[in-house]
Amino acid sequence: MPVRVLIVDDSSVMRKIVERSLRQAGLDLAQVLEAGNGAEALTALQANAIDLILCDINMPVMDGLEFIKQLPGVENAKGVPVIMITTEGSEAHVVQALSCGARGYIRKPFTPEQVKTQVIPVLADKS
Amino acid sequence: MNSPKLAATSGDREAWPALMELATREVFQLMLGCELTQPAEEAIASPSVTSMVGLAGKLCGVMSVHCDDKAAALMTSKMLGVPLDNVGADISDALGEICNMVAGNFKNKISGLSDGCMLSPPTVVMGSNYSTYAMADSPALQVRVLFEGRPVIISLQIHS
Repeated sequence: MPVRVLIVDDSSVMRKIVERSLRQAGLDLAQVLEAGNGAEALTALQANAIDLILCDINMPVMDGLEFIKQLPGVENAKGVPVIMITTEGSEAHVVQALSCGARGYIRKPFTPEQVKTQVIPVLADKS
Repeated sequence: MNSPKLAATSGDREAWPALMELATREVFQLMLGCELTQPAEEAIASPSVTSMVGLAGKLCGVMSVHCDDKAAALMTSKMLGVPLDNVGADISDALGEICNMVAGNFKNKISGLSDGCMLSPPTVVMGSNYSTYAMADSPALQVRVLFEGRPVIISLQIHS
């Protein structure tokens, strides 16, 4: 099934790597939206319906945790799973992200297989 | 990187160089698909790319990655999976991310630092005649590796 994805990271290189990892995981990407921080991502969601969000935590302007806290108020984000991808690897960060509504957590550096392991189940649940 | 267990405590600094090297090797293996080879004894005569990430909290200091411009371009090419000729605008971003991942992977291997140490956004310096100085109060921990035959130095300046 074609999937519409929003990738949120302040590094354009990392956004490209995440997109490549999703393709390597076998996803059929119908649309890939990119945002450099949480505020840009919220703006992108105003005009676009999507199926999956992958989001960094440490970003300028609006970080990833603040971004996912605001998602329940965004019509296009209702029911959309969010997976965090970040260098922050502590249990406290994982717990905080999951309590804010994230469905998965990937630590950088990562392999395409780790992305696949996180992404496929949440997309299956959504459908 | 999902390390199966923490390898050291924050007070066990003798183990840190080995953890810096392990953290670096994992980043290059997973994100660039490259195995780093044996440590190079030779220094980089004049590094032309330096990427730095600050650490604050239980550990204060600066983690940096130094290399020459050819190594930096090759790292970017491998990271993005694009030809070497197409990497120009992405080199600084890629080197910043590499240093960020090395610093994050390093601190995640040390009990007590994963939660208690924050990372700054990366800063990348590119040029032909520069020096970097950290207001550290102890000698830098340094790890030297070879990436595709080119020397790379990973350095940790610690503030007490």
